Amino acid sequence: MSAHLLAAESASDNRPLIVTLFAVFVVATLVITVWAGRQTKDATDFYAGGRQFTGFQNGLAISGDYMSAASFLGIAGAIALAGYDGFLYSIGFLVAWLVALLLVAEPLRNSGRYTMGDVLAYRMRQRPVRTAAGVSTIVVSIFYLLAQMAGAGVLVSLLLGITSEAGKILIVVLVGVVMMLYVTIGGMKGTTWVQMVKAVLLIAGTLLITFLVLLKFNFNISDLLGEAAKNSGIGESFLEPGLKYGVNATTKLDFISLGIALVLGTAGLPHILIRFYTVPTARAARNSVNWAIGIIGLFYLMTIALGFGAAALLKHDDIIASNKSGNTAAPLLAEEIGGGPDSTGGAILLAVISAVAFATILAVVAGLTLASSSSFAHDLYANVIRKGKATQQEEISAARWATVGIGTVAVVLGVFARDLNVAGLVALAFAVAASANLPTILYSLFWKRFTTQGALWSIYGGLISSVFLVLFSPVVSGKETSMFPDVDFHWFPLENPGLISIPLGFMLGWLGTIVSKEQPDKEKYAELEVRSLTGHGAH
Amino acid sequence: MDTAPANDRPDDQRQLDRSDYAEVQASAEFGELRGAHRSFAFPLTVAFVSWYLLYVLLSNYADGFMGTKVVGHINVALVFGLAQFLTTFLIAWWYSRHAAAKLDPRAQAIKSRLEERS
Repeated sequence: MSAHLLAAESASDNRPLIVTLFAVFVVATLVITVWAGRQTKDATDFYAGGRQFTGFQNGLAISGDYMSAASFLGIAGAIALAGYDGFLYSIGFLVAWLVALLLVAEPLRNSGRYTMGDVLAYRMRQRPVRTAAGVSTIVVSIFYLLAQMAGAGVLVSLLLGITSEAGKILIVVLVGVVMMLYVTIGGMKGTTWVQMVKAVLLIAGTLLITFLVLLKFNFNISDLLGEAAKNSGIGESFLEPGLKYGVNATTKLDFISLGIALVLGTAGLPHILIRFYTVPTARAARNSVNWAIGIIGLFYLMTIALGFGAAALLKHDDIIASNKSGNTAAPLLAEEIGGGPDSTGGAILLAVISAVAFATILAVVAGLTLASSSSFAHDLYANVIRKGKATQQEEISAARWATVGIGTVAVVLGVFARDLNVAGLVALAFAVAASANLPTILYSLFWKRFTTQGALWSIYGGLISSVFLVLFSPVVSGKETSMFPDVDFHWFPLENPGLISIPLGFMLGWLGTIVSKEQPDKEKYAELEVRSLTGHGAH
Repeated sequence: MDTAPANDRPDDQRQLDRSDYAEVQASAEFGELRGAHRSFAFPLTVAFVSWYLLYVLLSNYADGFMGTKVVGHINVALVFGLAQFLTTFLIAWWYSRHAAAKLDPRAQAIKSRLEERS
């Protein structure tokens, strides 16, 4: 009997428990949201949570914002199916934080106000650069949202035994509605608290499963790996690199592309960058990154136990039958480790881990929606359309409407993306962020010659090239796991565009600058540099 | 020519003339602060990105080496991956120590002087 049927069957028995846990989380977080909403009065509250959070609180919230369905469901699934190759995600996602720590977090906190665009446009012509920053923020966030929505649809339909298409669509809609409530009512304050709660739940749930998996192998990691290799039917090469990406020269290039996108993407993700504005000082921003590195590092270490545990204890065919890309390996593992599909322990653990995964998705989609609606309201509406004449209340109201709009787009796209591995989808968001945002952030902060034209070439060039390559990659068409498996218009061989688009983004920023006739504004750069390094005049 | 909109600039908290920033930027004290950040952060970034890329490339093109068993079923690839975790933690700790000792006092001194001036 396939796992899908098993899960669907056990789900019908356990449905009340699972629904109750989901409902408890949703109600509790909505209460927090309403409470936070009452304290949200001005723009700084809505966009930056009043800048009152401590380094530790923000570190926790960053972890909650960052450890997405991709991390939890996607990496566990990728390791369970592709063995060691799935582990690259964990490593890249973590090492990437050093770019944020060493180069971006503190200067951004010192010189920006609410959005990534604040820093990109600081010494440039405001309207074109803010427009570019806003467009890029929204595109990156929607890519990322797509992944989370795909995860939500898959997960909840598995857990509740929903097999009808209408049911799955309803779930995605429901997630969209809850996330819109978090953001419109609670703003950054509410979102931050939801993310903190989620981070604690996720770490606790993962520790529990890791402990139980290791207990089964008497805390002998070597035995766990050996069993995973044996049970996978592949043998020792399951534990070595190359199973998924070592097939031929093209897949090897794809591996490099993915590796580069992961390590350079984080410091260009708008929903991560705006979190640095929620603390009072650059020093607190540094502390939050350090806490985040600790918490996230611990979590990614545990993906070894989750992924190889699933490979060791579940049948390969069952994982595939439940979800082609392995996205349900973690909850299935929880059920198995709790005593199996027919046991009470299995039912409880499955429900708990599902609720954790559900919380994970909700917290991340809230962060993403907040980042994109903030950028819409602050960069596009207030500074480009209204040319800085909008009142704070008008700006916040624009952000709330943008939340509804972006949420709707995410729901519609999420319906189409159900069978893609969510870790792979998130890697695309990382590639777009690394191509379109990171070059301009670094050039703006550290290169005094950088000009408006360089910024525009870099943002649009990185953005268009990465999205264009994805569109004609096997992710969208031509393969069984593609978004549109029945048609084939792909010609770009790699699944991840980073190898081409990231160097292109950096190159265009440089080229656009050296060929531009405009002189860089030296005084504005002096102001940016002094403020970004000293914290003078920071908000 | 676009001008910075009123609410977009930190005017509420910026009380210095723009030429003052250029003066601070040119000062020896600020040069030291910038140098202390760049001479630490830039080489270290190159180092950890190279170290990470080495790991990615070895995984791709040296699977024989990466598959070598170290202990039981634990192979070089896993040890290499765990080493990436370890170096990430160490670099974060090292940078924070550097920042507290070399960056924060200098930044604070310049910031206080700027605030006195305004």
